[in-house]
This record gives sequence, C-alpha cells and structure tokens, in this order.
Amino acid sequence: MLAKRIIPCLDVKDGRVVKGVNFVNLRDAGDPVELASTYDQEGADELVFLDISASVEGRATMIEVVKRTAGEITIPFTVGGGISHVDDMKRLLRAGADKIAINTAAVLNPSLVSEGARKFGSQCIVVAIDAKYNEAWGEWEVFTHGGRKETGIKVLEWAREIERLGAGEILLTSMDADGTKDGFDLKLTRAVSDSVGIPVIASGGAGRIEHFSDVFAEGHADAGLAATIFHYKEMTIREVKDDLREKGVEVR
Amino acid sequence: MIAIIDYGMGNLHSVSKAVERLGYEAVVTADPAVIEAADGAILPGVGAFGDAMENLRETKLDEATKAYAASGKPLMGICLGMQLLFSQSEEHGVNEGLDLLPGKVIRFQGDYKVPHMGWNKLSFLQTDSPLFKGLEEGHVYFVHSFHAKPEVAGDLLATTDYYQQVTAIVGRDNVYGMQFHPEKSSELGMQLLGNFLALTGSPVVQR
Repeated sequence: MLAKRIIPCLDVKDGRVVKGVNFVNLRDAGDPVELASTYDQEGADELVFLDISASVEGRATMIEVVKRTAGEITIPFTVGGGISHVDDMKRLLRAGADKIAINTAAVLNPSLVSEGARKFGSQCIVVAIDAKYNEAWGEWEVFTHGGRKETGIKVLEWAREIERLGAGEILLTSMDADGTKDGFDLKLTRAVSDSVGIPVIASGGAGRIEHFSDVFAEGHADAGLAATIFHYKEMTIREVKDDLREKGVEVR
Repeated sequence: MIAIIDYGMGNLHSVSKAVERLGYEAVVTADPAVIEAADGAILPGVGAFGDAMENLRETKLDEATKAYAASGKPLMGICLGMQLLFSQSEEHGVNEGLDLLPGKVIRFQGDYKVPHMGWNKLSFLQTDSPLFKGLEEGHVYFVHSFHAKPEVAGDLLATTDYYQQVTAIVGRDNVYGMQFHPEKSSELGMQLLGNFLALTGSPVVQR
C-alpha cells in the first residue's frame, strides 16, 4: 500500500535557508542544497522549499537553488512562495522542481490553478491553504498574504473548489496549531481530507513524535510536514518513521 | 551516449542528471539523428497523454521513437513516457499511443485519493529480468492518475498495490517502461535506472 510521507520544509531567502519564528529574527541557517541533501539521506520522502525572498533578485536566485537541488537529491521536491503566474511555474519546473505550490495567488486568481494544471499536469500543482478557525462560523476560514489577511472564504469550500480546478494536492497549514508544538490540527485536517479526493499534506503544530501517527490515524492526512522540529534537530525523520512503523502505519 | 527524447514535455533535467550521476553521457535531444545514434534512449513524460502524442507527432519524434524501438537498442519510457508506449489511453477522450506494447491506459476510479502519489512498494513478477539484477523489492515514487493495463501478461515485470494491482514496470525485448520516477526514487530508483543503462552497453564515463 501507499506509504504515508514525512516532509521537511525549508524557508529560503535570497538563496540561503533561514530560521526564525514567524519570519522575525531570521538567521542564516545554511545552504539549501546541502540541507536538502542531508534530509534526503535522513529518509525524507519529499521536500518543500518556501521562497520568502522579497526581491526580484532573490526570486532569481531561487531558480539556481532549484537547479542545484534537482541535480543533488533523488527525492521529489516542491517549491512555493511568491508564484503568481504560469511563467513562474514554468521556470521553476524547467529548473527541476517536481511540484510548485501556490497560495495567495490561487485565491486572488483561481484560474491560475486550472491553467497550471492544464499546462503542466495536476500532479505538479499544489495549492497551499492557511486556515484559521472562525468561532462565529463554526468552521475554518482561508487566510492569505502569509496568514495576515482574512478572506471570508470557507476552507472546506475552497478545498473542494481547488480540487475541481485541477490541483493535484493540498498543503494545509493550521494557523491555530502552527508554532504551538501541541500537535497538528486533527479536526481541520480530517475535515479537509475527508471532503476531497486529492492528497492532503498536514502542516503546523508538530512537536512530538506521536503527533505524526495522530495526524495519519485521526487526521486522515496523506503526508505530514514540519520545519522547526527537524531543523532544530528535536527529532529525526528516522525516529518519526520508526514510531509510525511500530504503530502499523506504512512508511518507506 | 544515452538520448533523452525532448518532445517538450518531461522533467528532462532530473532524468539527464540521474543518468549522468550513474556515470553515463546523457544528451537531451529532439534530433532524430542523434537519437538514432544513441546506445540507449529514454522517453520521459509529465502531463497529459493527448498533448504528449500531439507533440510527438508534430516533432516527428513519434516516428523516431518507434524507429528506435525497432532498432533493437534499449528504450525506456518513464511515467507518462511509459504510458505512451501503449496502444491507447482514455485520458481526455480516446487517444492513440505509440502502440509498441499492446494494452491501454485507464483512469484510476474508486473511493480513494487520485493521483496515486507517493512511495509505494514494488513486487517483482519476473525475478530473472535483467532490470532486477541484484535488487530487492522496495519503495519507489509514483505520481499518476492513469495507469496501464498491458494485454500480454509476459510484458508485466513489476506491480504495486494501490487498491488494485497497478502496473509499475513493463518490458518486452528492448522496450521497457517504468510508471514511477526512478530519478526521484532514491537508492532503488537509481539502481533500477542503472540496471537499464547497463543493458545499453554505453561507456561509463565517470563514477
């Protein structure tokens, strides 16, 4: 059977990996290609690069990072951050990225999803959703612009729309859980995963090894993404997978 | 020299880098003469079957690929490239393939997630195939919404399980196909690709 995937995420700014909380106090944390290679060797199933460069030069540097990474690692990787046009997608895919992820741009222009899917194939198109629980609604709301802007759009509706438009996968970040280390947002993940027929990557909240088995069993996620716990070596991918294996979850 | 056929759709960079990493000379080309001269050829592919066949026809690379298969030198289709080897696909209406292997390509249908995306375990059906020399069954990376159903049982070399038996590796004489991405499948992927490249007899330029 298909294995569950463990995916580390790297924030890249101007060609360097950066660490920091909520994009504040960013510190240089090394060469993305080297770190990617290390994660590959440590058993990561895929990688996600999030380009948080603000400048045109920074974005151009990312293309070089993608090229070098594609030449170095032997697992799939996704690049996201600031992609707003089909040409951006084309550049990154041609440089060697396996998938591209779009977030705000998809909300502002949903046809970007269908255009990208049509041109490059659904399997290349990941749509990232930042979700925050809306008390008044009793369900989750889509946020854009790095989680700063509320949209009035319901996450479950947007997820189904994304699937309809042709996205191949959803990268679902719980804004409520992110940074808490109290576990992935199981209710949110399960609600989204159960309502779409495409794979869902859970993101936000991982803090202990057992959080991963929870998000697969309870959250119905197809993959679990984390950044901090792997970067700061609070746990290794191997440890996570050993735990999953022990609990009967299929992993590579 | 290994030719990686460029018909405008495929992760050419990743495939050629993987071939080079294994020590062979890789040339990404749309030139039928270069393809013809190659010791081995790889037909990559990412995207839709219909678009791919259209591109292949427009560039006349459909003829070049068929001619290469007829030459007897090793040819391998990867992902969509494998699907194109078959007779037809039902993606976006019925589309004719290269018809090098009898069979058709159909969509995954059922109460499960599509595409079949992620690492899944291979089952080797024909354990004496040169592709499996020295290898043990393990996980490789799949990402596809359509899958091939070979008509001839002998063409099916390996399968995987995704709510049904799914064609993973096919082969007949010099023509092979891998549904997963060997260049994205870590150790085992590289070993499988390496075993295919060894069949070409192409000189190893570096290790």
